[in-house]
Amino acid sequence: MNLLEFVSANRAEFLGLVWQHLTLVTISTILSILIGIPAGIWVTRRPSVSGAVLGAANVLQTIPSLALFGLLIPLPFIGGVGARTAIVALVVYALLPVIRNTVTGIRGIDPAVREAARGMGMTDGELLRLVELPLATAVIMAGVRVAAVVGVGVATIAAAVGAGGLGVYIFRGVATVNDTLILAGALPAALMALAIDAGLGVIERRLGGAK
Amino acid sequence: MRGVTVRFGAQVAVQELDLVVARGETLVLLGRSGSGKTTTLKLINALCRPSAGEVIVAGRTTASWEPHRLRRSIGYVIQEIGLFPHFTVERNVTLVPELEGWDPARRRARADEMLTLVGLEPAAFRTRMPRELSGGQRQRVGIARALAADPPLLLLDEPFGALDPLTRAELQREFAVLTRRLDKTAVFVTHDVREAVRLGDRIALFAAGRVVFDGTPDAFRSSGHPEARAFAAVLES
Repeated sequence: MNLLEFVSANRAEFLGLVWQHLTLVTISTILSILIGIPAGIWVTRRPSVSGAVLGAANVLQTIPSLALFGLLIPLPFIGGVGARTAIVALVVYALLPVIRNTVTGIRGIDPAVREAARGMGMTDGELLRLVELPLATAVIMAGVRVAAVVGVGVATIAAAVGAGGLGVYIFRGVATVNDTLILAGALPAALMALAIDAGLGVIERRLGGAK
Repeated sequence: MRGVTVRFGAQVAVQELDLVVARGETLVLLGRSGSGKTTTLKLINALCRPSAGEVIVAGRTTASWEPHRLRRSIGYVIQEIGLFPHFTVERNVTLVPELEGWDPARRRARADEMLTLVGLEPAAFRTRMPRELSGGQRQRVGIARALAADPPLLLLDEPFGALDPLTRAELQREFAVLTRRLDKTAVFVTHDVREAVRLGDRIALFAAGRVVFDGTPDAFRSSGHPEARAFAAVLES
């Protein structure tokens, strides 16, 4: 059975897994934005913690993903078997690029622009909202894109903790030495990564043009 | 300014400074790089804090002002990079009115008025971005921005430093006319003695964090202080 035949024969299951996969990536990326951007901003306000925060995010990302999923299972509240564990692990992976790019983006702004903003009488909040975030948007969005694309890949491993997604086909294919099954999981995942990257690219340009 | 000293760590930037700016006058702070003139300027809008002494603006010490209130009541013009690269000319010009919550129609009217004042055709410049302007045009926008909320006091930090000599002379002339016509008080930092003599009602000469001369341009030319003579010599060359 070739790939197309397999997919059309199992259309309902296939679309269900694609949807699961997309949900995992979407939720975890949104959470990583909600946590990572404020964390990044906080880091730029307190240079003394920047080493610790970025270091911690770095270390978390070096944990092999399969091991991280496994380590999370026995933990209370965030662990267990299922989508919740997978999302926690995915957020952990997505945080580093988001935090790092937020910090880099804001730090990369010409100090003279910041001083001009203060000199004009901007409060801290206005400086952030009117100057720092708009000027850092492109860099922050690049981090979000990396986070989402990495998330699509890592989410294939979520099947190992019972969270479903396209990894289900990959694990099943590996177990039964079935190339068609592996491809049925891997190829749509790759296409999804490309599509998400392109979609976020469009959003990035919109944000850039809206100012 | 009374007995003001500013230290950055062990380094003294300005020392025991006593300086008064009279209403409606243009005071030029002249000096070499690192002589403390920019620090002195930033003391006025509280971008720098005195380590000792006090700075009084509009009857109140800068320490007792909320920094952003104080700064919005003072026009601030900076060299080159001062415009926000992601804002149109119009939004740059009306930034302080925006912060102050003016409604859009009033801001639009104000932007047009200010652009006209500094010699830029509003219809042609309103929607441009700073990167699409020449250096001289950018400085004009910078001045328009500083004037937009009609502050009584202007601070200018080498505003014409990066311009070609012709454009600079042109802007200096217009600036002198403008401050006189609008009756603005101005504190103007420069290292260019020609500019100082041309624009200043008074010149305060800085050397190593102290004011070594304070007086009219004419008195400056005949001053006996070695640093003043060094600068005055440039005028004759």
